[in-house]
Amino acid sequence: MRQVDVLIIGGGPAGLAAAIAAREAGVENLLILEREESLGGILKQCIHNGFGLQRFGEELTGPEYAQRYIDKAMELALPYQCDTMVLDVTPDRVVTAISPTEGLQQFQAKAIVLAMGCRERPRGALGIPGWRCSGIYSAGTAQRFVNLEGFLPGKEVVILGSGDIGLIMARRMTFEGCKVKACVELMPYSSGLKRNIVQCLDDYGIPLMLNHTVVDVAGRERLEGVTIAQVGENLKPIPGTEQYIPCDTLLLSVGLIPENELSTAAGVELSPATSGPVVDETLATNVPGIFAAGNVLHVHDLVDFVSEESARAGEQAARYALGQTADNGPAIPVENGFGVNGVVPQRVHAGKVDAPIRFMFRPRNVYKAVRICVDFDGQEVLRGKPHMIMAPGEMATLEVEPQLFADHPDVSKITVRLEVRQ
Amino acid sequence: METRIMTCIGCPMGCQLTVEVENNQMVSVTGNTCKKGVEYARDEVASPTRMVTSVVRVPGRKAPLCVKTAQAIPKDQIFACLQAVRKAHVNLPVSIGDVVVPNVCNTGIDVIATRNLD
Ligand SMILES: Cc1cc2nc3c(=O)[nH]c(=O)nc-3n(C[C@H](O)[C@H](O)[C@H](O)COP(=O)(O)OP(=O)(O)OC[C@H]3O[C@@H](n4cnc5c(N)ncnc54)[C@H](O)[C@@H]3O)c2cc1C
Ligand code: SF4
Repeated sequence: MRQVDVLIIGGGPAGLAAAIAAREAGVENLLILEREESLGGILKQCIHNGFGLQRFGEELTGPEYAQRYIDKAMELALPYQCDTMVLDVTPDRVVTAISPTEGLQQFQAKAIVLAMGCRERPRGALGIPGWRCSGIYSAGTAQRFVNLEGFLPGKEVVILGSGDIGLIMARRMTFEGCKVKACVELMPYSSGLKRNIVQCLDDYGIPLMLNHTVVDVAGRERLEGVTIAQVGENLKPIPGTEQYIPCDTLLLSVGLIPENELSTAAGVELSPATSGPVVDETLATNVPGIFAAGNVLHVHDLVDFVSEESARAGEQAARYALGQTADNGPAIPVENGFGVNGVVPQRVHAGKVDAPIRFMFRPRNVYKAVRICVDFDGQEVLRGKPHMIMAPGEMATLEVEPQLFADHPDVSKITVRLEVRQ
Repeated sequence: METRIMTCIGCPMGCQLTVEVENNQMVSVTGNTCKKGVEYARDEVASPTRMVTSVVRVPGRKAPLCVKTAQAIPKDQIFACLQAVRKAHVNLPVSIGDVVVPNVCNTGIDVIATRNLD
């Protein structure tokens, strides 16, 4: 069994940033395992621009953003192995992987960074009735076909769900000569960015049908059309509002879920709110030596924050592997207060905070004139700056300085909440 | 006088703007919450521009080459630009930033590669 100090599972932006940080923190013996044939993760297929504004101050495309990290990894000569699928991780950090060239391999790692990203919710999770005809894809699968494999899944398209990937694909398919007939959204608002709604739908006259859903699909071998209907406040279809739209392709853009089979196998506790691991301020999970970052931890919408979070996880994993971390003692819980869902980190060692903590979460609803507040044991200790608007589609973040924890050494519960101006 | 409805993308508020237009110039705007909305409407009416990203097929390769306009081009040139990109011929190897279509549609802007391919 091969010994590795820091083993990183996944070679997307999260894994790359973690590996770079681990090396910079002094770890020579590290290894990235990636199941695809090259590094870069999901960014390889995101050929649109809009990445890196926070991190690099310029708007890059996905492949360009990924390449900056790949170049850095090459410069540091970081060891990596592509075409290698990790099959199992045990609680004592034995990692089993398989690849066509190396066969079955086992590694004993001192520390592990989980950076497996997320996957799209499949059709089965949605319960759309109808035949299993071809022509129904997740938006990300279609994106992969068009941008990486160079073929078009169809000609006449309906998109279900108005998440950013669906919106981006509406424009992408239009650019390839397809007719995108509608983008259908169950909720009364889109979870996508305003910029994407304007520049991917409005620019090309593609209607966004809010409060609508697909109730039936027609076609046996190949999709022939979909029936959509308006939904009421209970999100159930309203009889009599059905309309039929002929199309040969239905793209589903209905959300992402962190990919955590390996985490579960390793005994990592998952949060029902994020579907990702429960972590503390150092991105450590409940299993000693196992850290998590990026989309496997919680679904991000800005890759810039993925890089930032993952660098911290890599650095902490390095310190653990090098024996530089002391037992942190018990952690106190971070609770979701009003309007807050899935706050990360979920635990904090209040007496040991030595770097700013960025709390990240999704607002439960659309709120106007709102700010993020932090309470320690029910007492307000921090008021963030006011925001004109917050919505579930955009991750909200608030950075808290270590001094705040130093000033309150006996805190036993932290609450992150929203305050809406009346 | 013509009235156009548009959404400001200056921030996540996404204010719905009602813009009065004459001779391709903005005459007035309502619905904005801050003055960024006025600038957005003025530019959108007078000279709307967009970044364009797409792919070029490379003979003998499975993976196409992804490309972008080096800067935003006039919005009414998007489809002409895509047409030019489709016809482009790529000489390998290519590095990020290499010009794939120079001066696309006489906009003065190049289409450049956004990945390395060798
Ligand atoms: C379609 C789409 C569009 C997006 N658009 C934008 C945008 O416009 N702007 C922006 O800032 N962000 C955008 N994002 C978000 C950003 O791309 C992600 O936040 C970022 O890629 C997440 O990085 P990651 O490394 O956590 O995950 P990923 O990029 O998914 O990387 C995870 C890697 O782990 C590998 N892996 C998984 N399981 C295993 C295993 N068992 N063994 C070995 N390897 C494994 C995968 O193959 C993959 O390469 C978009 C995301 C998606 C999905
Ligand atoms: S007008 Fe101002 S507040 Fe409204 S969307 Fe534009 S930038 Fe935001």
